[in-house]
Amino acid sequence: MNHGTLERHSLLLLVAILIVVSIGGLIEIAPLFYIGSTIEKVQGMRPYTPLELEGRNIYVREGCYLCHSQMIRPLRDEVERYGHYSLAAESMYDHPFQWGSKRTGPDLARVGGKYSDEWQRAHLADPRSVVPESVMPPYAFLEKTPLDYRNIADQLKANRAVGVPYTEADIANAKTDLEAQADPNSDGADAIVKRYPKAQVRDFDGNPKQVSEADALIAYLQMLGTLVDFSSYKADAPENKR
Amino acid sequence: MQAAVSPGPGIRLDLVLVPTLLALAAVIGVVEAARSPDPLMVIQAWTFLACLLGAGVWFMKRYGGGIPADEAGAYQNDVVKAGVIAAMFWGIAGMLVGVVIALQLAFPATFSFPDLPYFNFGRLRPLHTSAVIFAFGGNVLIATSFYVVQRTCKARLAGGAWPWFVFCGYQTFIVLAGTGYLLGITEGREYAEPEWYLDIWLTIVWVAYLLVFLGTIWKRKEPHIYVANWFYLAFIVTIALLHVVNNLSMPVSLLETKSFSAFSGVQDALTQWWYGHNAVGFFLTAGFLAIMYYFIPKRAERPVYSYRLSIVHFWTLIFIYIWAGPHHLHYTALPEWAQTLGMTFSVMLWMPSWGGMINGLMTLSGAWDKLRTDPVLRMLVVSVAFYGMATFEGPVMSVKAVNALSHYTDWTIGHVHSGALGWVGFVSFGALYCLVPWLWKRERLYSNTLVEWHFWVATIGIVFYITAMWVSGIMQGLMWRAYNDYGFLEYSFVETVQAMHPYYIIRAMGGFLYLSGALIMAYNLWRTIRGDVREAGAQQIATAPALAVQGAVS
Repeated sequence: MNHGTLERHSLLLLVAILIVVSIGGLIEIAPLFYIGSTIEKVQGMRPYTPLELEGRNIYVREGCYLCHSQMIRPLRDEVERYGHYSLAAESMYDHPFQWGSKRTGPDLARVGGKYSDEWQRAHLADPRSVVPESVMPPYAFLEKTPLDYRNIADQLKANRAVGVPYTEADIANAKTDLEAQADPNSDGADAIVKRYPKAQVRDFDGNPKQVSEADALIAYLQMLGTLVDFSSYKADAPENKR
Repeated sequence: MQAAVSPGPGIRLDLVLVPTLLALAAVIGVVEAARSPDPLMVIQAWTFLACLLGAGVWFMKRYGGGIPADEAGAYQNDVVKAGVIAAMFWGIAGMLVGVVIALQLAFPATFSFPDLPYFNFGRLRPLHTSAVIFAFGGNVLIATSFYVVQRTCKARLAGGAWPWFVFCGYQTFIVLAGTGYLLGITEGREYAEPEWYLDIWLTIVWVAYLLVFLGTIWKRKEPHIYVANWFYLAFIVTIALLHVVNNLSMPVSLLETKSFSAFSGVQDALTQWWYGHNAVGFFLTAGFLAIMYYFIPKRAERPVYSYRLSIVHFWTLIFIYIWAGPHHLHYTALPEWAQTLGMTFSVMLWMPSWGGMINGLMTLSGAWDKLRTDPVLRMLVVSVAFYGMATFEGPVMSVKAVNALSHYTDWTIGHVHSGALGWVGFVSFGALYCLVPWLWKRERLYSNTLVEWHFWVATIGIVFYITAMWVSGIMQGLMWRAYNDYGFLEYSFVETVQAMHPYYIIRAMGGFLYLSGALIMAYNLWRTIRGDVREAGAQQIATAPALAVQGAVS
């Protein structure tokens, strides 16, 4: 068959194109779903709490990923600046992933616990009030906007449908868990820590009267990079060699 | 325009199916508007209904009084004209947003909105990228492909009303996606931000596009399919494949805007960059190479340099491009074997890319003198030169050692813009400068001097832009990894942000110049469409009577 045949038969050409462009993707992407070592074996990873998930939605909504990465590379300066390099396991429940592609601002993969809630609040409302050289936009509206979490149980269900291991109890208690995490005096505060180990329960935005978008976003930022127990992680173990 | 020709025997299927599809879409829109508990979905539904109403009114106007006379013509030109105007409009809108976000980075305190969520950088940036890539670039591709496939097949565009559905459906997608970004509706995947329901709508439009294109090829009177059409076909089917796979997601409910990606973490990352890099490879490269393969030979009045090189170029380019995605994920948690594969194929990609560049440039053999006299041809040729530059820079940046420095910095932004402004922008401008006189049957453009102005203003803009980004990108990369004598990191992060300030200003200036060039072009094209001619010269005097006659006719 010479090339003239393809040039005279549009469907042959179409099929040939489809075959040629499918090969690379199949060889590169498909194995990631079944090669066991793609995701490291670690202790501590859990699905997001409902409040963290809502915070993550705000992170996505505002396009934070366009200026902040969540992927620390195993390079000396990055590890010293941001902490342990990121593991694939740390984003295993991220739908979608938020590794980012640009650092107009610093990496946020391990920003959890680095700053106080008060700092986060001030920084979100007016970044230049705490970092004068910053080019970040101000997000003062977050703490004034009540969080819309009417569909939080459905969000957990949708996440479960794509593989996040939320249990029936997680889904049934999604709404109360969300409210409890922003209110340390509530009855549900113990239950949420039981369901979501290491969950931080407090009034993140400093306003006990409402659960605001700032509550959710700060709850998310404060947990970033805090889940994996690196004291038990063995980078050289054969199952983590990749 | 409404003079009806006698309708053929039977009912035209397209005149049944297109209104049915629009009506069905309207029903879904009404249900969403009435029943959705999600305020954002309600706004999107009403916007959708408004777009459909516009399309419906337009269809009624066109087909209400019977089949319009121009449907019997040899070529369908009106939809191409609409595409040209839409491209110009969205191009300027997208570039304007680009200048705004460049200013937001240069002067963050001035261009910020603490109490308004809608216009912050994070929401405007997808608006900019989508507007220039998909709204401007997409309309250029749809318009030129509809033009080229008819000429090279010697056949009228297939599908009757379907090309109009493709056009209207695509604009609807753009309007909903763009307003959605401002409202905060996004999947959070770069260059694939629109949510699940818009992805479905675009899939429908895209399948119609593929069928119109293929249908025209099936009607061809030439035995061979011309090389430009191979590239258009590869662009259309591969984008369909990439779009569908990358956007697989689970909506919270059918009445909610929000969805969660079907994949997570590392798999999601590679799927996204398989898509992302091949949006570059097939949308911004293969599609625009098709433009190169038609418009450069046409404008230079020379045949394509090498038929054999076209074949080699085509198959190697589409085969190798699809592998290159992992170079966006060097040193990340993506397994190293995938990174290595991505880097290897990215370096190999240099060869087919330059094969295409050589084929485009060498088409000028024997016609190089025209570069002096024809600024439109010069724009087309310089675009190919920028293509060569960007496709050399790309493989360099895909080498892991280089990428360790360049990744996450402005160097990437500079690289993208040397391709986007220099290659995609210029080849599009060149094609539009060709198309407008051809479509509106004008002897020539309103003013060649204004094309010269556009060319130089835009070129200086590009130089400002990419040099600023090279310097700031490499500087930031070096500052991040700089150590002092005591073995500590030399700079805090925010010091590197501060160092970017002058380059952000230069970049905004470059972008402003490029936008100014596009405005000059819009003015020039508008006057051309009106039938005006600016410069008087020997050549113009010679053609003046012909123009006068044409003016009287139209």
